Amino acid sequence: MAAVRKTQVQAKKKAAGKAVKGKPAASGRQKPKKKSKATKPAKKAASKRTAKSKTPPKRAKTAAKTVAAEPVEGKAGETPQVPMKRARKKAPPRPATAEDMAKKQREISVAEFFTKNRHLLGFDNPRKALLTTIKEGVDNSLDACEEAGILPEIKVTIAPGTADDRFRVTIEDNGPGIVKAQIPRIFAKLLYGSKFHRLKMSRGQQGIGISAAGMYGQLTTGKPVVITSKTSRNKPAHHYELEIDTAKNEPRIIVDDTVDWPVPQGTRVEIELEAKYQKGRQSVEEYLEQTAIANPHISLQLVAPDGQTIDYKRAANQLPVETREIKPHPYGVELGMLIKMLHDTKASTLQSFLHSDFSRVSMRVAKQICEQAKLYERARPSRIARQEADNLFKAINQTKLMNPPTDCLSPIGEELILAGLKKQIAADFYTAVTRPPTVYRGNPFQIEVGLAYGGSLLADGLARVLRYANRVPLLYQQSACATTRSVLSTGWRNYGLQQSAGALPSGPLVIMVHMASVWVPFTSESKEAVAHYPEVIKETRLALQECGRKLSVFLRRRRKAAESERKKAYVQKYIPHIAIALREMLKLSDNQERTIVKQLTDVLERSRS
Amino acid sequence: MSKLAKEIVNTAGAVRARIQRRSKPTLSFPLRTLSNVTYHPKKGFLQLRGKKKTRTLTVATVKTFAQTLRMMSTAKGLVEDDEIMTKREAYYVSKNWDDARFDEQPESDTVIDDIEALFQVNREQLGFIPEEKGGEIAGKLVVVDRESDTGKELRIDCTKFGSGAYSIPISVEHLKFETKAKFILAIETAGMFQRLVKHGYWKHANCILISMGGVPTRACRRFIRRLADEMKLPVYAFVDCDPYGMFNIYRTLKVGSGNAAHINRYFCVPSATFLGVTPQDIVDYKLPTHPLKDVDIKRAKDAIKNDPFVKHYKPWQDAIQQLLDMGVRAEQQAFAVHDLNYVINHYLPEKLAAPKKFLP
Repeated sequence: MAAVRKTQVQAKKKAAGKAVKGKPAASGRQKPKKKSKATKPAKKAASKRTAKSKTPPKRAKTAAKTVAAEPVEGKAGETPQVPMKRARKKAPPRPATAEDMAKKQREISVAEFFTKNRHLLGFDNPRKALLTTIKEGVDNSLDACEEAGILPEIKVTIAPGTADDRFRVTIEDNGPGIVKAQIPRIFAKLLYGSKFHRLKMSRGQQGIGISAAGMYGQLTTGKPVVITSKTSRNKPAHHYELEIDTAKNEPRIIVDDTVDWPVPQGTRVEIELEAKYQKGRQSVEEYLEQTAIANPHISLQLVAPDGQTIDYKRAANQLPVETREIKPHPYGVELGMLIKMLHDTKASTLQSFLHSDFSRVSMRVAKQICEQAKLYERARPSRIARQEADNLFKAINQTKLMNPPTDCLSPIGEELILAGLKKQIAADFYTAVTRPPTVYRGNPFQIEVGLAYGGSLLADGLARVLRYANRVPLLYQQSACATTRSVLSTGWRNYGLQQSAGALPSGPLVIMVHMASVWVPFTSESKEAVAHYPEVIKETRLALQECGRKLSVFLRRRRKAAESERKKAYVQKYIPHIAIALREMLKLSDNQERTIVKQLTDVLERSRS
Repeated sequence: MSKLAKEIVNTAGAVRARIQRRSKPTLSFPLRTLSNVTYHPKKGFLQLRGKKKTRTLTVATVKTFAQTLRMMSTAKGLVEDDEIMTKREAYYVSKNWDDARFDEQPESDTVIDDIEALFQVNREQLGFIPEEKGGEIAGKLVVVDRESDTGKELRIDCTKFGSGAYSIPISVEHLKFETKAKFILAIETAGMFQRLVKHGYWKHANCILISMGGVPTRACRRFIRRLADEMKLPVYAFVDCDPYGMFNIYRTLKVGSGNAAHINRYFCVPSATFLGVTPQDIVDYKLPTHPLKDVDIKRAKDAIKNDPFVKHYKPWQDAIQQLLDMGVRAEQQAFAVHDLNYVINHYLPEKLAAPKKFLP
């Protein structure tokens, strides 16, 4: 188990390293690593060699923690004496030996890594930190409730904290609760969770979110995370105050207690953190509103810092269909993963390994793959050497396989999308489309699109795009998202909307795009944008086009009705004059004049319809 | 009730009848464009061909339809009361019509022209009179008019206006003429007219001078027509040598216009001939010129291609071609390059000596 987890940690590090690469400042601060890996960016390796003393990493660390320390230790150039002293000290630059370097090389805990690179998890600024914290808490609560078959009731409270720039966030649910032994690790250990190792459609997938939020709170306020959880009516509620030991990525228990909590079951998380509470775009309200749209089965309550309460009421009483966990599809597995699976499998032969550990591989197909790879089908999977694994990997990709099963997905459904939109947005026209499931890189996914047009929506300005991945609203990095690309590349003018080149369509329009998948390909750990897989873009565009066609029918009909109304009014203006002229010329009575108006109105009315 | 008033009532009745039968009322007008006229050499004017346009009452036409009917009603009132109304006044009267009022005068003018064509009469008969000035007369002519209040006969001697001139009234049907002049000279510009009057040209040439002031008005055309017909006088046109002088002024004077084709029979002077300035005159008299403008070239080419009058006369086609080849135009006043009175002393006498060289 430990080995498995470590592999994940390394994988995360790799990904993070890639993200950091663009920022030289951050990579300069990188602490030396124990093992040098071939995949590591060259830049990082270089920075490791040039690290002369412990000062640069230390400085960076303190800078991250306290701003006050900066002027003293941070900028060396400000006071003339200090650098001179240092210069003298450093005067004979003795080249470091391999042994010197070895002394400095040590393991980095994932917690330390994310402490420094918290922007990767969505904690770049106080405002976003508040939103991310609430988002992670709510996502966890919803996943837990749905898995337990409970209609979620969630209460989010943002209360003023112990200082001006601090807030105390409480997320409380009616979920199944958490068993006592797991609480510390779930909330105070990064990359610990139930969702990473399985292929199942859920909101969370990595096991970082809530513990990262706790870590952020701890980092900015020094306060522990407070957890209260109750698993059944008859059992007491467990009360924990937890800190995360960042050096080891292990929980540190401050308080372990049982308390009286007058609810049947549920979990409450309290985190105090440095944050900024603001309304408007990308706010907590917007996130909760969008969550309510995509999850009409939930009941949400927000208590804002000023004590004001906002309720997002439940619009549907049925839970989403519980999703099935699936085995990975061979097309979606990379070589490294394949080697690991070969090593870890319980199967005794290569053929049965392929059949039992993957989806859509029958015994016959498994045999075919073995033949293609020129491997003995009865070979022990753990004995497969690297070169043979490479052949096996190639053979898999050369064999025609059925697409992965798609009944593992639980789309919101057209009806509930409409219900969600109608609940939160007062518009004149709603439509929704759920596309049939399809596959990217061996992962099944499904796209849904909803449109709301007119009504109280603002007529000038661009359309609003609501993006969702597994029912979770995505608020940041709109322009980096595959769904945005699909909206932009759809020709909205064909559907009677205005759209300037390369822009979103304009008009009173809300476009909702939902991607449901067992593994949503996010561009980063903060889960803000969907990566540009051609299959995803194509499916989204097809769904948008289908909605667009329905919208255009509505718009055409509405325009026609308006036009006909306008014409009628226009005709009504002039008919009386014809009657007046005829009365004058033919010396008719008022009555006859009225008759002419009536008859003429009839004639024109008839000709128009 | 007069014949015209009866016709108006009949038309209105037909419209009403159709409405009562629950079908869309229609009005049909002769199509008033150059494409719907032919030149009738014997009668000597542009005549309407049969093409008609029918205006059916639809959503698109309801406004014009209402305006046309209301204008018809106004015309009926004028005819019955023997009243007149200028086109500008008609425009102002429409301001009473709420939504059916005209926003600009050209709109009401078009509707009046439509009604005129509908009943095949001239608008003066309907009581609508133009604002435009009729033209000016000087020379050996006595116009017999009546005083408007007493009806007493008035004899107007056009030689007695000194440096001024007699103005052609808007309605000329009641006038009578007495003259011993030998011809009528119709002049385009008031400037040239003034020169000829100042030097008493009419005295020694024994003629009547008429200033048309650009395209001759209907009254001016009708006046010249009656004068020429009743006194058996030839009419010579003296205009600028450019497509505008030739086709907009001279052709309208001689055969009428496409737009008013329904009344050309009264408002043209088929006996008129073109004295000058001809393209050949530019060469013969070494006149200073200006290059032809784009609009001139377009008008000239259009005349060759579409004008039924030009199509009928080979000499005109040749003259236009000559003008186009030269690529220049010349004005009446260009003779001043030789001498201020060169036109009186040399050009006009020389041209009049050879009327065969006039263009038809």
